[in-house]
Amino acid sequence: MSARIGVVTFPGSLDDRDAQRAIRLAGAEPVALWHGDHDLQGADAVVLPGGFSYGDYLRCGAIAAQAPIMHEIVEAANAGMPVLGICNGFQILVEAHLLPGGLIRNSQGSFVCRDQTLRVENATTAWTHGFSAGDEITVPLKNGEGGFIADAETLARLEGEGLVAFRYVGVNPNGSLNDIAGLTNERGNVVGLMPHPEHATEPGFGPDTPSAMRSGVDGLTFFRSVIERTLAAA
Amino acid sequence: MIVVEVMPKAELLDPAGKAVATALAKRGDGEFTAVRIGKRFELHVDEVTDAVLAKAQHLADELLSNAVIEDVVRVYVADAVAEDALA
Repeated sequence: MSARIGVVTFPGSLDDRDAQRAIRLAGAEPVALWHGDHDLQGADAVVLPGGFSYGDYLRCGAIAAQAPIMHEIVEAANAGMPVLGICNGFQILVEAHLLPGGLIRNSQGSFVCRDQTLRVENATTAWTHGFSAGDEITVPLKNGEGGFIADAETLARLEGEGLVAFRYVGVNPNGSLNDIAGLTNERGNVVGLMPHPEHATEPGFGPDTPSAMRSGVDGLTFFRSVIERTLAAA
Repeated sequence: MIVVEVMPKAELLDPAGKAVATALAKRGDGEFTAVRIGKRFELHVDEVTDAVLAKAQHLADELLSNAVIEDVVRVYVADAVAEDALA
């Protein structure tokens, strides 16, 4: 039986279908979850997709973090279920206090859309163990409020405990402190990042690589990592 | 009603405020050397009680602001009728 990975749709989610497609391409069964339900439908893992939930009102991700299904997600995440937050999903994880710090408007003040090189800093998480630490990968990045900040104490703890999962390489597109692109929690089951691995999962539709245009599929490893782990543990 | 005022932390870049400051300078109103933009929430209640005020203070800290990036500047009771008359 293939692993079942839930994707939550909030009002204003954009990339829920793309995340479902990435999960299918990686070999698992995507399960559509609804923000207003109190039901994870037996999913083995959950993805919070990108978009602009609630029009980014109040703060990005802040209202979605109050959604009914977040009660079950926080509970399951604290019990070890793998959760991946992409872009707005990362903002929701931060607002739900599953990951520390905050995300603010890009330092240069504008929306950024580019193929972004990242360095994998922590290859021991549920979503990254298919990588090796130090790997450089390229996935699309598209956001207006992706600047990661945290107080000095939190930042020192993140660095000291190896909780920085991904760092921007070459260009820091949004002014994130320490070039932080993504984080994991201590247990390694919750990962959040601003760039979009689900948009780099199928040849012909991904970022450009030196070998061919739009051939980049580095994002597939996120989903394969969790599928192998989920299946292995099941 | 109860008013909650939230501002971005002083040490953070406020691009919206900066854009307004730049526009002011271009108009020739350069004596306003900096602008910061925050949020004002008006929480309407049937009756302001100590309990509801305490709840508003709690919500201000827990939901209406994010302590990582913002400060709750003030939570206070205002006269909703007078405010409406001004509108």
